Amino acid sequence: MGKTLTEKILSEKSGGAVKPGDIVVSPVDWALVQDTTGPLTVREFLGLGLPKLASPSHTILFLDHAAPSPQRQLSCDHAFLRKFARDYGAVLSDVGEGVCHQIMAEKYARPGDVIVGADSHTVTAGGLGAFATGMGSSDVAAAFGLGKTWFRVPETFFIRLNGQLQNNVTAKDIILHLIGEIGADGATYKSLEFGGAGVKALTVTDRLTIANMAVEAGAKAGIFPSDDLTLEYLTQQGRGGDYRAISADVDAVYERIIEINLTTLEPTIAKPHTVDNTSTVTEIKGTKVDQVFIGTCTNGRLDDLKQAADILKGKRRHPGTRLLVAPASPQILLAGMKLGYIQTLIEAGAVILPPGCAACLGVHQGVLGDGEVCLSTANRNFLGRMGNPEGMIYLSSTPTAAASAITGVITDPREVA
Amino acid sequence: MLKGKAFKFGDNISTDLIAPGRLVHLRSNLPELAKHVLEDADPAFAARVKPGDFVVGGSNFGLGSSREHAPVIIKMAGVSAVLAKSVARIFFRNAINVGLPVLVCDTDRINEGDELEVDLATGVIHDKTNGETLTFGKIPDAMLAILNEGGLMPYIKKYGDFKI
Repeated sequence: MGKTLTEKILSEKSGGAVKPGDIVVSPVDWALVQDTTGPLTVREFLGLGLPKLASPSHTILFLDHAAPSPQRQLSCDHAFLRKFARDYGAVLSDVGEGVCHQIMAEKYARPGDVIVGADSHTVTAGGLGAFATGMGSSDVAAAFGLGKTWFRVPETFFIRLNGQLQNNVTAKDIILHLIGEIGADGATYKSLEFGGAGVKALTVTDRLTIANMAVEAGAKAGIFPSDDLTLEYLTQQGRGGDYRAISADVDAVYERIIEINLTTLEPTIAKPHTVDNTSTVTEIKGTKVDQVFIGTCTNGRLDDLKQAADILKGKRRHPGTRLLVAPASPQILLAGMKLGYIQTLIEAGAVILPPGCAACLGVHQGVLGDGEVCLSTANRNFLGRMGNPEGMIYLSSTPTAAASAITGVITDPREVA
Repeated sequence: MLKGKAFKFGDNISTDLIAPGRLVHLRSNLPELAKHVLEDADPAFAARVKPGDFVVGGSNFGLGSSREHAPVIIKMAGVSAVLAKSVARIFFRNAINVGLPVLVCDTDRINEGDELEVDLATGVIHDKTNGETLTFGKIPDAMLAILNEGGLMPYIKKYGDFKI
């Protein structure tokens, strides 16, 4: 019987043929933390009393969530993580060096890897064909020390993408649509695997965006097969040697198959306060927006800067709407500068934030005021998420966010572009 | 036998409601963070909860972030178990890892303030207020072994590895 990508990777790693429901112990290729989960992970690791990390060069500490630190206590947490990285030889990705999931894609993740991170959006690396999953601090502390973890092999949902996206409809609309269809717990404990003819046209950037939000449907992982576009991306990153072709067997057995027709897909929005509370933009356009936020591990990539710049070129943000843009990495920021996107965005009235998580998690750089509405390209709109339970968060694609920044209300990007 | 009062919450209680991101600066001061547990879902909860009480959620309890601080501060508040109709994956694993039992059952039949008795060994919940008896789903063996040691860190210290 054929294997899904998930089963294939976990079989290879655990050294036996696995099937859904099996409990396996798997070596971990990369273990990561960030600055909000890292201190607890490090304290738990130190509490184990082990003399060293299982693999220091594959243990990565990212300072990206509160970066630069807005508060004394967080600065102390950063100092604690820096010292640990120094003392134990772990890799440190310091303030301004980018969002953990973007840097994993640029520098580390490989097709077929098993990656665990104390951040739920660790699933993002599935865009490159890795089995990557978010865990808590204890689990990652154990992976730091032992170089392995346990998994229950998940059943897999196959998401078959057919057709071709229309102009100003993006990968973000695909994943918002899917989560709206199956619900915020629709894939709990499952793996989502993407395939079909539509996948071939999705860039690695698109795949990272989709995999990133697999967890918003409850999934353990969201995985794409690797292909020529994966190879091209890794080659651009100077890591062509990290490529390997990996895909599900043609006779793989899936628990469920879901079809999405990309050709008829509409720009989609998630309304407050759950990600599965979705509508097409047509149904809710006109809602006033106080702040537009473009960035994060979901939509802070070069394609997003381009999409935003294309729409905002020669235009201004609405005077009643703030526009915040946070590139996900220095590489993206620099490329956006060279290509003129950053200049276009600043001329349109955008505030450019340093590479990092920025406003997404409600710590700094764009906390909402009481009653304010934010249209965000991030992955979560839970009550209180952006620092204020009196704020309202809508999620959209980058083109929808950019178009809405011009008009000051939620706007269909197909009507502005 | 666990005994206490039910604090009832709805569906989709996210980790942002349990341990708000705006309080991230308190994550290295867990007793202080615990004073704010579930604050955005019920501002009175932290002040009213007593040792042994239960958090009773609806479906998809604990969705969202991987922050283990969420189950840690529920436990620090004295809660003896979380009961819910369904539980998000990362939260479930985190809760077991910190020694907080998570019991999946039909929580529609439990009301706010009900006095509950939970027998982890038999899998039975007795609602003393309305006289109902409920059963909860078995915690998977791999997780039960961790819970029985009081969490993942004591488990690893004892065995030095995963005994699966």
